[in-house]
Amino acid sequence: MSRHTTVAGPDVVELQDLARQARAHIVRSIAGARGGHLGGPLSVIDMLIALYFRVLQIRPEQPDWADRDRCVLSKGHSSIALYTALAMRGYFPVEELSTFDAIDSRLQGHPDMTRTPGVDMSSGSLGLGFSGALGIALGARAAGKDFTTYAVLGDGECNEGIVWEAAHAAQRYALDNIIAIIDHNKLQQFGWHGDTLEVRLPPYTGTQLVDRWSAFGWKVFEMDGHDMSAILSTIDLARNHRGGPAAIVAHTVKGKGISFMENNYTWHARVPTPEELALALTELGEPIAPPGGGS
Amino acid sequence: MTLTKGKALRFVFGETVAELAETDPRIVVLDGDLGSSTGAYIFEAAHPDRFFQMGIAEQNLLGAAAGMATVGFVPFVSTFACFAVARALDSIRVLIAQPRLNVKITGGYAGLLAGMTGKTHLMFDDVAVMRAMAHMVVVAPADEVETRQAIKAIVDYQGPVYLRLTRQDSPVLFDDSYRFELGKSTVLREGGDVTVFSTGVHTTRVYEATGLLADDGIEAHLVHVPTIKPIDEEGIVEAARRTGFVVTAEEHTIIGGLGGAVAETLSDRHPVPVKRIGLADTFGESGPDDALLDKYGISVEKTTAAIKALVLERRRGTQA
Repeated sequence: MSRHTTVAGPDVVELQDLARQARAHIVRSIAGARGGHLGGPLSVIDMLIALYFRVLQIRPEQPDWADRDRCVLSKGHSSIALYTALAMRGYFPVEELSTFDAIDSRLQGHPDMTRTPGVDMSSGSLGLGFSGALGIALGARAAGKDFTTYAVLGDGECNEGIVWEAAHAAQRYALDNIIAIIDHNKLQQFGWHGDTLEVRLPPYTGTQLVDRWSAFGWKVFEMDGHDMSAILSTIDLARNHRGGPAAIVAHTVKGKGISFMENNYTWHARVPTPEELALALTELGEPIAPPGGGS
Repeated sequence: MTLTKGKALRFVFGETVAELAETDPRIVVLDGDLGSSTGAYIFEAAHPDRFFQMGIAEQNLLGAAAGMATVGFVPFVSTFACFAVARALDSIRVLIAQPRLNVKITGGYAGLLAGMTGKTHLMFDDVAVMRAMAHMVVVAPADEVETRQAIKAIVDYQGPVYLRLTRQDSPVLFDDSYRFELGKSTVLREGGDVTVFSTGVHTTRVYEATGLLADDGIEAHLVHVPTIKPIDEEGIVEAARRTGFVVTAEEHTIIGGLGGAVAETLSDRHPVPVKRIGLADTFGESGPDDALLDKYGISVEKTTAAIKALVLERRRGTQA
């Protein structure tokens, strides 16, 4: 018997369209703020849309509801993707995305649980969010709470030692109320060079990432992190795993959805020019002028 | 003049947290595989289901405590001061201090006397590091009586706290009539020659030192400052006014600890000469307690001599 049923919400085609709109919000926000990250948010956004619209048991009108599922974006530099999903889900107005990184904004460069409704754990120094998520899951069990904690990590983030400290603890306590989703987009900010300096190698190749999580005692699933059907069905498998923690290695494309950003490490944290923004929005089938005509 | 022997603060920690947990279901203890040293074993024996062994992994120890705080627990993190403060500082900064989560960090084996461990384990710049961190409360109790009360007070306080604990048996300074109040200092002696501020277990040594000074005709006004942050500004200023000459004494480097906090307070509020004595800008080494206290200049005898020299120098200066 399933622990949860997927929550009611948009179907797969609708989710795909929500993700398309989310990508437009992301590139507009980064262009508007003249700062922030793009490659990682675009690789993780499909999964965040699926989580917030179909997986997480949450009440956007009551962000601190004690029994809600938790979702920790441990790869905190992809904050704009989280904010976009939260806004579209109703935690705050979508228009507020234009305040990203502005002074006094609730939408900080990295997620700040003291400022943003819906942010369950601050993060940004890589690996820490996952450790916090582990503590949430440990606390949930100790308190007899039934909710599930999801932690979304980057593959580059898995360089951090604290990730493996927390992974060991989850296995040691046989926690089956935590799910790690690793956005395996195969590029970190700079990484190791290949045959030329322009060629940047993936932090982990082949099955290395799967093997590492398996070796730490986690049940590992793999999925295409851009395929909504696969995302929903794989998360369903993971959360019904019993007796220990489950990880999902999500195969993704950094910069996904905008042709000239895909698999290009220089778009990790680059601000698009007005021309690049227009091109990106055109590819996404979105009007170049923002809705409402604001900046 | 010599104070009576008492318990090591680490054991008082284990006992007190276990006792408070009897009536406060929010209290849990997370250990970094040092529970048999830090006194956390006492809590484990009393509340095995609320004791979480996080292994030798301090970054995650502190991070997991933050997560537990978000679901309503009051986690006490127990490890050595060096590992909590130095090794896990980023977890403390981002996951505990910045979100102001209700985690109580106990730094055991703080200071110079850590049982022959040497410089890796001797942490005496911990107060400087933790005091500089926004949102962090820093408490260094002197003896078992004060430690019991301080632990109760930091449970009642909502927010992150660093509690400085020590390994060795410490003398008893206070009787049961003493009342610890977070953020308040307490006057231990009245005198007109010099105001002396001290903190932590070192106050027991400074208490003895100022007793010896009294025998020598130097009347010190001794103030114990168990809460180093937020510091008792009014108490510091009032005590400094009494003599117009201040000495700070601590089992911590003279950079950024109690001496720094007092000097900052007085330079803003009531500028008077402030002399800081304590550990120099250095690291420690292995050795028996008495030898370490003597070599690093913070024994009762060395403290007595240092304060006396400063007072005599001051007298010569004001007479000239």
